Amino acid sequence: MPPPTPPEKDQVHSEEFLRTLMRRQLCLSVSCAATFLVVLLGLPLLNYFAPEFMANRVAGFTLTWLILGVLFFPFVWIISWLFIRRSIALEEDEVQSVNQPKR
Amino acid sequence: MNLPLAFFGGVDPWIFTFSFITVAITLWMGFRSAKTSKTASDFFVAGRSVSVGWNASAISGEYLSAASFMGIAGMVMSSGYDALWYPVCYACGYLFLLLFIAGPLRRFGAYTIPDFAEGRFDSPMFRKIAVCFVLFIGFFYTMPQMKGAGVTLAYIFPGLPYWVGVVLVGAVITLNVALGGMKGITLVQAVQYWIKLFAITVPIFVLMAVVGFYNGQVGANLAYGETNASAANLNHATGIERKPLVAKAPADPAWIAPFGPLTTKAVNAAAAALPAEQRAAFLAEHQKPYSLVYTYSLIIALVCGTAGLPHILVRFYTNPDGVAAKKTTMWVMILIGVFYVFPPVFGVIGRNLMPELYSGVGAKGTDKVVLELPTLISAKYGVVGSILSGITCAGAFAAFMSTFSGLLVSMTGALAHDVYGRMLRPKSSSAERMVAFKLAAILIGGVAVTLGCFVEPLEINFMVGQAFAIAAASYFPLLFMSVWWRGMTMKGAATGMLTGGLCALGAAALTNLGTLALDKGPMGKIFAGFAPLNGYWAEHPLLRILCEQPAIWSVPLAITLMIVVSKATSAQVPADIRMKMLVLHAPEKLGLKQEYIQDHQAGAGH
Repeated sequence: MPPPTPPEKDQVHSEEFLRTLMRRQLCLSVSCAATFLVVLLGLPLLNYFAPEFMANRVAGFTLTWLILGVLFFPFVWIISWLFIRRSIALEEDEVQSVNQPKR
Repeated sequence: MNLPLAFFGGVDPWIFTFSFITVAITLWMGFRSAKTSKTASDFFVAGRSVSVGWNASAISGEYLSAASFMGIAGMVMSSGYDALWYPVCYACGYLFLLLFIAGPLRRFGAYTIPDFAEGRFDSPMFRKIAVCFVLFIGFFYTMPQMKGAGVTLAYIFPGLPYWVGVVLVGAVITLNVALGGMKGITLVQAVQYWIKLFAITVPIFVLMAVVGFYNGQVGANLAYGETNASAANLNHATGIERKPLVAKAPADPAWIAPFGPLTTKAVNAAAAALPAEQRAAFLAEHQKPYSLVYTYSLIIALVCGTAGLPHILVRFYTNPDGVAAKKTTMWVMILIGVFYVFPPVFGVIGRNLMPELYSGVGAKGTDKVVLELPTLISAKYGVVGSILSGITCAGAFAAFMSTFSGLLVSMTGALAHDVYGRMLRPKSSSAERMVAFKLAAILIGGVAVTLGCFVEPLEINFMVGQAFAIAAASYFPLLFMSVWWRGMTMKGAATGMLTGGLCALGAAALTNLGTLALDKGPMGKIFAGFAPLNGYWAEHPLLRILCEQPAIWSVPLAITLMIVVSKATSAQVPADIRMKMLVLHAPEKLGLKQEYIQDHQAGAGH
């Protein structure tokens, strides 16, 4: 049973709206952070458990030096670009859902 | 002397000229723009129209300090692979800021962290507590800047003692801030970024073109299990020459591989204290696990610390809205990421071609590799080497001047505005406050210079890492938890922030005192009383690591305390918490901020 359409203000101020809002944003942030942390915290583990593999030479660098000293930067740029695109889309969506409440 | 223009007392005129021009331009621009924006609120509010590109350059300009410009290269040279975590985490820490803090903080519309602390918990009391950490973090951050100044001046004027450089640069910048110049103006900071990028990239590309590229230079170092024959093949292909390493330099396999001299220092010291026959077994058992702990603690400190640096967060309020704040953060990551690729290259080439720096101590050690390395090509190309060295000196000046004056402005503001204006003399007139501002600037500048004179034996980059560790255990948990958890109370926030932050501060200070006691110069005598610490740490290497890199326990401690104390005092959650959370998280287009301000003013009017 859908409740009678609330006035716009009340929807924004409802507990439910805030909960969904924060949950959706936190989900996005946490999933991006998880991707980043897996790589960031995984690299020392790889160094620890597979030192020979990480010491393989790639064009003069050792593999681990190449990853940390060069490749890590573009990796983070990609995550941040994806995050910004999605979070802007998310905000647009929230604004729309408030301006055109569902019936 | 093959430097053709070296007259007046060993001073290279090219180096001198470039540095002098940078200083003059910075001071002139500071004073010029200070005229157009007189008050702090002018700067903050008018600054809100700043475009994403300018703002990102300005944040990057303020962020790239002496640690980034000189310290990273020095540390990569002295410690190898492990030092790479510093540039990577300095740049990638912004991701945490972007994901969790930048947007909400901008929407809330407080100017500084103390403003946020007061607004989020409706507590002027908490503001006073929060302000202390601006000073704590600030002083730890100014010490390495002062060392950068001392090292650079001692390089430009070879006869000058280290402390004279510190006092000179400290005095010039302090006077400049006290007289009203350099109010963290966006334009000045933005230009500083481009000066630094130019000053690091141009010399390194010329150098690499002459002596061989980054990959070849790394390749000239033998990894574990590689023999001279395979390296000779590699070197033959890339044409890399090397000078023989000096005795104090770490050996190739330790330098190029993870868990090298930086992270194993404590265990090695402990092993050295054992009888010879137990050493090998002790090292085999403890060396790698402990250095893994060190590495993780370092990563936590740098990544979380970046998201809690007071002088950087201030700049996010100059964005027009939350979306622009996020875009700015992304551009900052790109700008500083591009920069951070290059300082390690100086360190690597320095190891191969300027190994004599390993023997130097203090101002003559590896921290000056960025400044001196370009002179390598003087023999072949004459004056070009001096010009390039002049350019890197100019970049170093831009680095420590911009960061030091930015820190000085925010610390002076905290002392004059919050401590004097709100705590000591709330009824003071505005003229009295102006005088207070000037006196506070001189006081803080004086303390920073004094501290700076003591830290010559410590590595620039290491000290900045400590400032990050303190920020990670104090402001980061505060911001992160306040933004995402509505159950936070003022008492919870204050307990967690104070305990975590002070523990990290104490640990960092102890580590520095212990290291200073080891110094063979005059500092060793002054701090000789702390020498027993090193004996204790030699028996307990894990404690030493946890003291040197406290983030791995202090950040969880701060967050746990925040949760526990907030739960215990849950009756004191601010009454309008739902509205506050809406303002933090709802898109600006819904116009909730205006509503919040009106509600607040109506409430205050009762």
